Amino acid sequence: MARTLINVKKTLTRGEAFEIRLLIAHPMESGQRRDSNGQVIARDIINRFSCTYNDMLVLEATLFPAISANPYLSFWAVATETGSIVMTWTDDHGTVQTERVEVTVSA
Amino acid sequence: MIWLLLLLLVSPAQAQPRSGYLDAGPDSRAMQDDDTANPAFLWVEQGKVLWGSLGCGGCHGDVATMRGVAARYPKYDAVLGRPVSLARRIATHRAVPDSEDMLALLAVIGLQSRGLPLAIDISGPARPSYEAGKALFHRRQGQLNLACANCHDDLAGRHLGGAVIPEGHPNGYPIYRLEWQALGSLERRLRQCVVGVRAVPWADGSRELADLEFFLGARAAGLVVETPAVRP
Amino acid sequence: MNRRAFLLSGAALVAVSVEARATPAEVARLIAALTEGARVVEGGMKLDLPLLVENGNVVAMSITVDDPPPGQHVESLHVFAEANPLPEVLHVRFGPAAARPRIATRIRLATSQSVIALAKLSDGSFRRDSVDLLVTLAACLD
Repeated sequence: MARTLINVKKTLTRGEAFEIRLLIAHPMESGQRRDSNGQVIARDIINRFSCTYNDMLVLEATLFPAISANPYLSFWAVATETGSIVMTWTDDHGTVQTERVEVTVSA
Repeated sequence: MIWLLLLLLVSPAQAQPRSGYLDAGPDSRAMQDDDTANPAFLWVEQGKVLWGSLGCGGCHGDVATMRGVAARYPKYDAVLGRPVSLARRIATHRAVPDSEDMLALLAVIGLQSRGLPLAIDISGPARPSYEAGKALFHRRQGQLNLACANCHDDLAGRHLGGAVIPEGHPNGYPIYRLEWQALGSLERRLRQCVVGVRAVPWADGSRELADLEFFLGARAAGLVVETPAVRP
Repeated sequence: MNRRAFLLSGAALVAVSVEARATPAEVARLIAALTEGARVVEGGMKLDLPLLVENGNVVAMSITVDDPPPGQHVESLHVFAEANPLPEVLHVRFGPAAARPRIATRIRLATSQSVIALAKLSDGSFRRDSVDLLVTLAACLD
């Protein structure tokens, strides 16, 4: 499991736009590099990412090898109800990782 | 008057050292300024976990009690008769599984001293190590026949290719270097520099590396700890 | 090797080196396939990238789309790099829980080039912004 840092304001007011910011520890090996023996290092990237808020889609993304190692993503959602923000991503090995953050929304 | 002269004699060549932070571009600085955007904090988080799992807290308590420690390293060890880096000190206490874990510990311990001025004690028996490190810093080596000082004292602030030559201070290590896309140690950076001038790098744990790092720490006196810094 | 075989092998080498980098034409083809003849308006969004890149391994990028007319929303964002090994950088599709159409990330740029971003609006039209940037070479490599 990759280490992650997720930053979201936990207490929100309904209607407020809030930022979701995350860093994922991942080499994002591009498949373009060679090792010291001249062999191509196999591509190994996070290629799909999605984020939902109370099961509603915030965004989904297709990532390419042009995304830097230890990917950083920042995007915005609108506070509606108290609930869960769920982030899911898939790498080239098909490994799926899910992280969840609970937010509290007041009127 | 004599005191003033003495003061001038012992003061380092540069009046006030300049952090590499100031020579980094605005995006690198922004990345360092915001802990939620600095990828080095992925290692800091891992370091917090290791602090617990390796049992460091059993003696030291919370990692916050380490405030000030990283600012005093490398530290001269009178028993060993040589300067000891923080990594080496940690390794004498605990078997750290691998180098990534060591970086993580260095990051979380170094972070506790962020904002504190470097305070390397080079007095008394430590003085010869400082002098030895200083001599290495000024010794030309490699096929390019360059000493550290040729670039990082004499040409600091000028350009090499598109990049500003920094003064080469150790106050942000371990650093997240964009070139590496990873956190890396001062030893890694020095190895690159030495290979860069086509010389043979000093072995890890060697006396030369210990003395050089000790000198670098003292040379940066006046700068504050920036760990974990971001550099291009 | 006769002359023709030599020329062919030369052509193959050129093909390989072209394959190793995207081209503006390739990006233009990908954009044409994306927009399918829809209207593309220059502006109305901001692709933010440094004009002078300190290290091409990690380049801070953000995209912000100006609020679309009432009743419309931004469906997706698409980023292309004309001289990277692969032309595609990122595709993002926004859902109903998204707020302002803005995303920030960090990208790799192999060399000096143009980076192009497109935003698709819910009426099927597109907005476009691009940045020509200079990637300086690191003096001290690993």
